[in-house]
Amino acid sequence: MGVLENKFQDNVIVASLDKLLGWARSTSPWYFQFGLACCAIEMMASAASRHDLERIGMMPRSSPRQADVMIVAGTVTMKMALRVKKLYEQMADPKYVISMGSCATSGGPYWQHGYHVLKGVDLVVPVDVYVPGCPPRPEALIEGLLKLQEKIQTERPLTRKIA
Amino acid sequence: MTSAEIIAVIESQFSEAVIENEDLADHQVELDSAHWFDIATFMKNDPNLSFDQLECITGVDPGEDSQLQTRYNLHSMEYRHKIEVVIRHDRENPKVASIEQLWRIGDWFERETYDMYGIIYEGHRDLRRILCPDDWEGWPLRKDYEGQESYHGIVVPKIKEEEGWE
Repeated sequence: MGVLENKFQDNVIVASLDKLLGWARSTSPWYFQFGLACCAIEMMASAASRHDLERIGMMPRSSPRQADVMIVAGTVTMKMALRVKKLYEQMADPKYVISMGSCATSGGPYWQHGYHVLKGVDLVVPVDVYVPGCPPRPEALIEGLLKLQEKIQTERPLTRKIA
Repeated sequence: MTSAEIIAVIESQFSEAVIENEDLADHQVELDSAHWFDIATFMKNDPNLSFDQLECITGVDPGEDSQLQTRYNLHSMEYRHKIEVVIRHDRENPKVASIEQLWRIGDWFERETYDMYGIIYEGHRDLRRILCPDDWEGWPLRKDYEGQESYHGIVVPKIKEEEGWE
C-alpha cells in the first residue's frame, strides 16, 4: 500500500480487500457444536469460562449451516462417519475441519481392534488441522485453532489461482 | 433361597429341562432352550421364586468349536435371591424363545445380544440391530468375526496383528 500509507488519519486503515477478508474470516470462525466422545468434554471446557473460546472469536453454532469450522471431537464410528460427512456437506463454504484427538486423527486406541471405528476422519472429510492428544487439553485445542486462524489469514479468496 | 434350592424348585416342575454342566459355578444353572419360555414364566410368577427383575442378558461365544450361549441374570426384589440361567444354542442356527414380553427390559437386552452374536429371539416384536447400523454385516462379538473391508465406500484398513506397529 506504499503510496496510500500514512496519507489518512489514524483511524483509517488501508488494506487489500483480499487481506481484509482473510482477517475477517480468521477472527470469527464459528464452530459447529457437536462432540462424539470424551474429546467433547475438553472442547466444552475450552468453550467455557476458564479458557473462553469467544475471546478468539469462536462461538458454538448448533446448525451446520451457520458454522465455519467443524471440530471432530472424538471417536468416529462407521455409523457416525456417514453422518459426519453429511453434516460437512451441509456447511457453507468456506469450511474447515479440525480433527481433535487421536481417535478422530487415526482411530487412536481402536486402531487395531476397533472393527466399528473409522481409522481417521480424513477418510471421509478433508482435514485442515490435526490436534494430537487423548484427549487434548484445552490449551492444545486452542493452539490448533490459532494454527487454523493463521491458515485462514493466509488465504486470498479474491485472488484467482493460476493452475 | 440359595441357588441350590432355586434349582431344586425348577427341577421339581421341569425335571427334564435342567441340564447338568460341571463347568458352571454354583449360582448358575443350564436349561434346555426348548422349555425356556415356560420356565421363565414359571420363575417370574411362582410365589416362592418371584424373579421380578431381569438384570442382564449376555451372549457368550467360548470359541469356534463350541456352542453360543445366552446368559440371563435374574433377581428377586422380594426375596433378594438371584440366579444365572445359561442356555446353549446351535452355532449355525442360534434360536431361543424371547422373554421380551415377560420382562420388558428384555427388549433392548435381546436386541443387543442379537446385534453382537446373531442369536435369534423368537417372538421378539422388534428384533433389529441396536448399536451397529442396520446394514452392518456379521456378528461382531463372535470369535470368528471378520471385520468389513469397506463400509459405504469407506475403506477399512486392515491391521494384521503379526505385522505390529513398525
